[in-house]
Amino acid sequence: MSTDVTKSPAAAPPGKSGGPAADGGLLQLVLDGLRRNMRQYGMLIALGLIVALFAVWTDGDLLLPRNVSNLVLQNSYVLILAIGMMLVIIAGHIDLSVGSLTAFIGAFAAVLTVQHDVSWPVAVVLCLIVGAIAGSVQGFFIAYLGIPSFIATLAGMLIFRGMTEIFLEGQTLGPFPDGLQKMGNGFLPEVGPTTNYHNITLLLGLAVIVMVVLQEVRDRKRQQEFSLDVVPRNLFLLKIVAIVAAVLTVTMLLASYKGAPIILLVLGALVVGYGYIMRNAVFGRHIYAIGGNLPAAKLSGVKDKKVTFLVFLNMGALAALAGLVVAARLNAAGPKAGLNFELEAIASAFIGGASMSGGVGTVLGAIIGGLVLGVLNNGMNLLGVGSDWQQVIKGMALLAAVGFDVWNKRKSGS
Amino acid sequence: MAGPVLEMRSIVKTFPGVKALSDVTLTVRQGEVHAICGENGAGKSTLMKVLSGVHPHGTYEGEILFEGETVSFKDIRASEQRGIVIIHQELALVPYLSLAENIFLGNEHATRGLINWNDTLRHASELLRRVGLSDHPETRVADIGVGKQQLVEIAKALSKKVKLLILDEPTAALNDEDSDKLLDLILELKKQGITAIIISHKLNEIRKVADSVTIIRDGQSIETLDVKSAETNEDRIISGMVGRDLDNRFPERTPHEAESGAAPALEIRNWTVHHPIDQQRKVVDDVSVQVRRGEIVGIAGLMGAGRTELAMSVFGRSYGRHAGGTVLKDGKEIRTKTVAEAVGHGIAYVTEDRKHYGLNLIDTINRNISLTALDKVAKRGIVDEHEERQVSEGYRKSMNIKAPTVFEPVGKLSGGNQQKVVLSKWIFAGPDVLILDEPTRGIDVGAKYEIYTVIDQLAAQGKAVVFISSELPELLGMCDRIYTMAAGRLTGEFPRAEATQEVLMRQMTKDKEVSR
Repeated sequence: MSTDVTKSPAAAPPGKSGGPAADGGLLQLVLDGLRRNMRQYGMLIALGLIVALFAVWTDGDLLLPRNVSNLVLQNSYVLILAIGMMLVIIAGHIDLSVGSLTAFIGAFAAVLTVQHDVSWPVAVVLCLIVGAIAGSVQGFFIAYLGIPSFIATLAGMLIFRGMTEIFLEGQTLGPFPDGLQKMGNGFLPEVGPTTNYHNITLLLGLAVIVMVVLQEVRDRKRQQEFSLDVVPRNLFLLKIVAIVAAVLTVTMLLASYKGAPIILLVLGALVVGYGYIMRNAVFGRHIYAIGGNLPAAKLSGVKDKKVTFLVFLNMGALAALAGLVVAARLNAAGPKAGLNFELEAIASAFIGGASMSGGVGTVLGAIIGGLVLGVLNNGMNLLGVGSDWQQVIKGMALLAAVGFDVWNKRKSGS
Repeated sequence: MAGPVLEMRSIVKTFPGVKALSDVTLTVRQGEVHAICGENGAGKSTLMKVLSGVHPHGTYEGEILFEGETVSFKDIRASEQRGIVIIHQELALVPYLSLAENIFLGNEHATRGLINWNDTLRHASELLRRVGLSDHPETRVADIGVGKQQLVEIAKALSKKVKLLILDEPTAALNDEDSDKLLDLILELKKQGITAIIISHKLNEIRKVADSVTIIRDGQSIETLDVKSAETNEDRIISGMVGRDLDNRFPERTPHEAESGAAPALEIRNWTVHHPIDQQRKVVDDVSVQVRRGEIVGIAGLMGAGRTELAMSVFGRSYGRHAGGTVLKDGKEIRTKTVAEAVGHGIAYVTEDRKHYGLNLIDTINRNISLTALDKVAKRGIVDEHEERQVSEGYRKSMNIKAPTVFEPVGKLSGGNQQKVVLSKWIFAGPDVLILDEPTRGIDVGAKYEIYTVIDQLAAQGKAVVFISSELPELLGMCDRIYTMAAGRLTGEFPRAEATQEVLMRQMTKDKEVSR
């Protein structure tokens, strides 16, 4: 996406704005910027390449409006899990139970709405609460009793899977009420005059663009106010153009089909919210601190146990959300739902730049990692690659991504 | 004089963006102990990595001659085969394997992949005897002290038929007794014909064991001195290292006049702490100390005297089991059961082990500085990144932290600069009392002076400073009053005027045997 913009040298006038490296030309600036932030941009570029490759191989089918819409729907729950998993991994832990918990919540939701006719909004709230409780029980064992997260959540994986089967008595339950189904499959409603596009989606895309641009400009202004170094103007403009182009592309694609899926809005809110928390909230900083160096964080007054506990509580709640979305999308809760989801979420986090030893990673990285896997899945499906080879290729993608990361770190390190 | 066993000629080593070594020439004679000294970041470790093949041939310029022939090592194994063995500052032993297993790790006595235990154990005990250890070769490494572990490393080197032994700050983590043992061993090995290169900050140590010393500064070899010659003294070496005459190693300080009226800023009464595992053992035994505002109070003690344990247990019970005693701040008793409480009462503890307890090495200078007092740059739980950046930029400039921006990972900084980050972090927390635990350990002379200046300023601003150190000259140079500790007990208290190295050392070694 942004790579296309990057490639064009754009014979822009060598910035009068000054800036430290303005004389090197825009291309030089871009390359320098990339080199310095290889870790951040590497995966984004890889994602762009994968998208481009599959777009070519599928004769453009990958980027058909309907498929893009599908891509979002298919991957939403892994992305939701990946966000939570990223937090867990940054904190220096792992959570193997989320796949089973996803299934368990799906079953719970089915028992509530299908068997007991509980209204769906109540069921959603109850499910989220139960998920948070499940997460916090594991968090309690891990944070306060000191049981390694690998073991505690391995136990959770078995327990929740078993409880799912007990709940469902081996059967598949469905269908779900309409409202709940919309969570997994629904689109934003359409209003206004008939255009060839989905009006609300267009407006929404426009709003996102305006907000992003305003945020970036305000950020830059504040930096200047504090007389801190800012990125050269050329590079800044290029970044804005790239972001606008990307958002616009996705918006147009979605708008020319049924519009934005509801789950995309939820996902968007999660990304923005968690991204903000991880970057700007004291809580987020504390997660990085305990993952990066636990003893140092303790001696800095960070309440490490509480932070760990909350991270797992949060993971439980997000797993519940993912469970609801999966169940809603399949319109059924089955005993084998959510199988291997924990592995996909973990893979997403690592592809997106997390480190096994903790302390590193971003929410956006988790999303990018999840999308890499998602696009691979979807693209290979379109190409008719069997699930056997799909797994092989996804495994190699994980290895390649982390291998690149390690190589890159070694090169820049000592 | 014997001829050279090692010659490194005009070594140049460049990392992306940095020239670590710009022109180093080093000549080591057969059978001598050759010291290398220089400030942190001067290039000593890089030079040794070039020599031992960590940086393989082809990644540097220049020539290395070993035993008269040009060598080009492609990895550590290649250099070890020639008999060059390096022992790093951080020991490379596996804690849960036995001494014997560690000694022959990667080099096992085995036939067709199966270990021959008889040979291994017999050979291991021979090697252990050679380095003066009588422990059984099946003892686990985790069960012996750091001093002995260092000796095991040497035994391991001996097993590789070492001809040239390189020791990177071997005594940095050892107490005086263990250091002496180690240095004696180096001299003993010298008699057996093993040449040694020793990287060290401790000038008295260099005087004791080394025959010659090469000084490295800013990636260049400055000069090689004969240690035994009359004109080689500490000042000469120090001025070679920093490139200037250092007639005054400590900032000018007007000793504090104790205002007898006000209550001490911090008073610790009858503090007793038990060992976290061995709960019969008193690590800190009935210690009472106090410090006033504007005062710098030293706590002198050898390693294992209980200084760090005292400080850490007061600071949020971060060590051991508290068994009694109270803490008073400005005359009022306070609770310091958690770190947050201690920080809340205006106490800061700057650890002796910045890498493990002080910093998040993979995170930026910026975020390390703000961590303890995030609330100061946050509103309702949300950090104002611009304000945060401004704060840390301020510290980068005022503390002279050498880094291009505050977004540099702390792990990439040199020891001295890391220490400045830790200090900034705790100064930003705005404490009234700072407990500094070995604040100048493992950092170069130039940075030390800067840190002394900061400490002096803190006292001048009315902060109470507790200065824990085992380096007596710095305590004598900086403190208004000095306590001595030995084996967990307070053994003396001296005003600046009465304290001398000899007096302090006598108290620091007092009762040590009796209490064992």
